[in-house]
Amino acid sequence: MGRFDGKVVLITGAARGQGRSHAVRFAEEGADVIAVDLCAQIDSVPYPMATPQDLADTVHAVEALDRRILAVTADVRDHAAMSAAVSKGVAELGRLDFVLANAGIGSIGLEDPDPVGSFRDVIDTNLTGVWNTVRAALPVLVDQGQGGSVVLTSSTAGLKAVGGSTGGGEAYVASKHAVLGLMRSFATTYAPHNIRVNAVLPTGVATPMVLNDVLATILRESPESLNVTPNLLPVELIDSADVTHAIAFLCSDEARYVTGVALPIDGGFLTR
Amino acid sequence: MGKLSGKVAFITGAARGQGRSHAVRLAGEGADIIGVDLCAQIKSVKYPMPDKQDLAETVAQVEALDRRMVATVADVRDAAAVREALARGVAELGGVDIVVANAGIFGLSADQDVDHDEVFRDAIDVNLTGVWNTVRAAAPTMIEQARGGSIVITSSGSGLSGRGGDGSGAWSGYTAAKHGVVGLMRSFSHWLAPHIIRVNTVHPSGVKTPMGWNEIMPAVMQDRPELFTAMANLLPVPILEPTDISNAVLWLASDEARYVTGVTLPVDAGFMAR
Repeated sequence: MGRFDGKVVLITGAARGQGRSHAVRFAEEGADVIAVDLCAQIDSVPYPMATPQDLADTVHAVEALDRRILAVTADVRDHAAMSAAVSKGVAELGRLDFVLANAGIGSIGLEDPDPVGSFRDVIDTNLTGVWNTVRAALPVLVDQGQGGSVVLTSSTAGLKAVGGSTGGGEAYVASKHAVLGLMRSFATTYAPHNIRVNAVLPTGVATPMVLNDVLATILRESPESLNVTPNLLPVELIDSADVTHAIAFLCSDEARYVTGVALPIDGGFLTR
Repeated sequence: MGKLSGKVAFITGAARGQGRSHAVRLAGEGADIIGVDLCAQIKSVKYPMPDKQDLAETVAQVEALDRRMVATVADVRDAAAVREALARGVAELGGVDIVVANAGIFGLSADQDVDHDEVFRDAIDVNLTGVWNTVRAAAPTMIEQARGGSIVITSSGSGLSGRGGDGSGAWSGYTAAKHGVVGLMRSFSHWLAPHIIRVNTVHPSGVKTPMGWNEIMPAVMQDRPELFTAMANLLPVPILEPTDISNAVLWLASDEARYVTGVTLPVDAGFMAR
């Protein structure tokens, strides 16, 4: 008997990285999954983004656990597309209980040939994309009248200036701070419906968004340019699973009175 | 000798409200002013926004203090326009030492028929991207001048809390943007510290300006009476005056705050402390 038997979780950025980890873990706990990803490159992003094959691999991993998964290729920057994805998912899987607004880009660490474009793309994806996701999904939770749990993926950059001084880096910090604002605002809004809203703030996670040539070079040669100091605990990059465990806790009944919380999963980074 | 003698302050949203108050207060302490305002209505904003006459009135008030003001009509959402307005002011006044990124909107409405996505987008574009454009326009000149400086970004109680939230584009966009500029402030404070340029945010609660004190909030409170308590201050003060915020901006801009950087400063009659 899993903690999430009979539940349905919506996950954006589900094709790989943290999003895939959440999909697999929630499925292990009994949930069915609505998995959304852009599955395409955004030009201003300097590392390779997820592909349709990545999303297909997430689907296989969830189905191997004997759970249902509805995968939708959609751009979180597009409100109409997000509404359609939610409708499709709920029509297929019957309900919705958890919303994990995880999709994000990290255009940080290098000389920025188009700072205005990078700033715009990061804000649109990491901030407006989260707004669109919650806007599309929350009416379903409110109508169901059975509460629910929303977790927004912020970052240590949501409370500290990590990311450097390129357009993309500044937008990353601004967007991750802004996501905490959305979390606090939504927690206030949806509390009367017993819908809890929290944010997780990971330090660097070992995913393709971090483990690529661009960021590896900067972290090796001048980490101080990104204001990246080591974590307090002796760990360089945490695993997606570390973030997933926290999100699973926040979605479970064990966290029934936890709302409006900014929860660092950061090896003590923010404490330094 | 005023605290800001010989200094030049770049202020956005200078036509009216807090921006005008900052211009007059800083000029009163000896600063010349570079002022920018849209001087036009944004469709999603329900209160009347200032016009060119308002900006001219700010100029008149600064000049009455025997200081100079170079005012340009410009949209903070337009990075090039902000750079041009600043360059115009720097050419005439000799430089820039202080930045007050104050321009902001609040799309609150009592109407049910609202395009929440448009309201959200306008809030982010003006209140967040506009601030980024403003600081990015001025910082290179300040770095080149090599004489330090002070940047103050206007955030809000909504930049540290989610009080009042109702899922609307107005509240969500405002809260997100006002949190976002705290992130920008922290980023900028790291970038500019080696150049002895300090960066801080001020977080007012409600201020008595055409944006902060109009008939829209009372109308909204008819439907949401809980807002009255949610948005109350700790001190028995229903609303602040613009000069309360200007006094804080002045201190942060002056050498009296020479070691204050990376700070979120509520000026809010205890709103955040509740």
